[in-house]
Amino acid sequence: MQPLLEVEDVSFSYHSMSGETPVLSHVSFKIEEGEFVAVVGPSGCGKSTILNLISGLIKPESGEIRLNQQQVEQGALQVGYMLQKDHLFEWRTIYENVILGLEIQKKLTPRRLERVKEMLVQYGLSAFEKARPSQLSGGMRQRAALIRTLALDPSLLLLDEPFSALDYQTRLSVADDIGKILKKEKKTALLVTHDISEAISMADRVYVLSRRPTSVRSAIDIQLDIPDRTPLAARNAPGFKYYFNLIWKELCDERET
Amino acid sequence: MSGKLKGQEAYQRNYMLRRKKIQVTRILLFVVFLMIWQSASDLGWIDSFIFSSPTELVGTFFDMYHHHDLMRHIGVTLLETLASFALVGVVTVLVSVLLWSFPAVSEILEPCLVILNALPKSALAPLLIVWLGANQRTIILAGMSVAVFGSIMNLSQGFGEVSKDKMKLIYTLGGNRRQVLTKVVLPASVPYLISILKVDIGLCLVGVVIGEFIGAREGLGYLIIYSSQVFKLSWLLLSIVLLCIMAMVLYQLICLVQKRKK
Repeated sequence: MQPLLEVEDVSFSYHSMSGETPVLSHVSFKIEEGEFVAVVGPSGCGKSTILNLISGLIKPESGEIRLNQQQVEQGALQVGYMLQKDHLFEWRTIYENVILGLEIQKKLTPRRLERVKEMLVQYGLSAFEKARPSQLSGGMRQRAALIRTLALDPSLLLLDEPFSALDYQTRLSVADDIGKILKKEKKTALLVTHDISEAISMADRVYVLSRRPTSVRSAIDIQLDIPDRTPLAARNAPGFKYYFNLIWKELCDERET
Repeated sequence: MSGKLKGQEAYQRNYMLRRKKIQVTRILLFVVFLMIWQSASDLGWIDSFIFSSPTELVGTFFDMYHHHDLMRHIGVTLLETLASFALVGVVTVLVSVLLWSFPAVSEILEPCLVILNALPKSALAPLLIVWLGANQRTIILAGMSVAVFGSIMNLSQGFGEVSKDKMKLIYTLGGNRRQVLTKVVLPASVPYLISILKVDIGLCLVGVVIGEFIGAREGLGYLIIYSSQVFKLSWLLLSIVLLCIMAMVLYQLICLVQKRKK
């Protein structure tokens, strides 16, 4: 079977008047359908740049990115993108916020709206449809942002440190929530984070990135043999610590070389 | 529980009391001012021919109301101000949207806007009158000229301060630049626009009065110039008082709209 996403030998630089900053250098990795993949790396190593490339917001200088064997183009619609903050609009109600994507793509069909209603009920937001974002807790806001993304039924979901704006406790429970939701919806996802524990708790495979100019340093398959694996349960799994040390060491070695 | 309630009640009472004190002091200050003015004029401390007096102004008001078409003058100034205010609002939004849509144009024109905004608009009024004639259209334009350039600059700046990540969200949802404008930039800038308009209403009044100074046969600005030339200083002072009231009422109207919006 062909992988869902192939990133092949991608390089990218940022340009300014003071010079060229090479960010990515020959980055390659793959994601199979249904997988949850995490990418960890030192800060400033261009993790978000990778997501921007995959979503088609920017173009690689060299290399190729293929989604379902098709080259990604500007504004690729099969990709859902969750940003660091929820960016719910205060001038819209929660319901108006979650249908924003459908509205933009002119897909406000009864079937899709029905689906949105279902998700709002399932994920505990139906009572807040008419509320403003400021009336919701951080966790609820993040769930609303997820529904907004899932409403477009993307085949690949990009998560750009979506929990980093939350306090630690909320962060754990929201990560657990979102992990469960994504598993239930059988979504393929790519999570970018600098939090090693978060990566191990959520992902089937972790890619460790090198410093700038960034390339993939290693790929680590996470196999925690526990039934009903959820992000919170994973943190207590016997193998968790082993993977943590492994990735920690990779990142430390990276710093020394 | 009751202790808490008491604390809350006390806080509310204190707050209301303070508000009341401020209101009462304001009114008192106004009354005292009127009394001093009146007695100073009655006792001959000031020349009542030049400084008039509150009672004389009231008399003047009724005299002008009955014999000199005062309401027409007020109405003309009010209408011209509202017309130029409405046009400023429309032009500001349209031009700001255009400048946002074509960043290169915006960059090229920036020095023009800065100069036009800094220019004392009273310098433009005589030119407008020569070019366009002494009519209401010119006066409305003079009113606009005071407010419009600054408003465009401010609103454009407001557009520029909309967070890049919010715009990125629209792109990630498959939107284009036009949708970034309609879904994010415009709604996010509504509070900006309202505070700009709050300033504009006063500026339009300034521009209209400047226009009426030099190119009108009616309106409060015309009354001011006319009465100063024939030395009817109570007419002049009354016109100024009426302008004060008009400015206040118009400003409060915008505030009311702003509150309803919330």
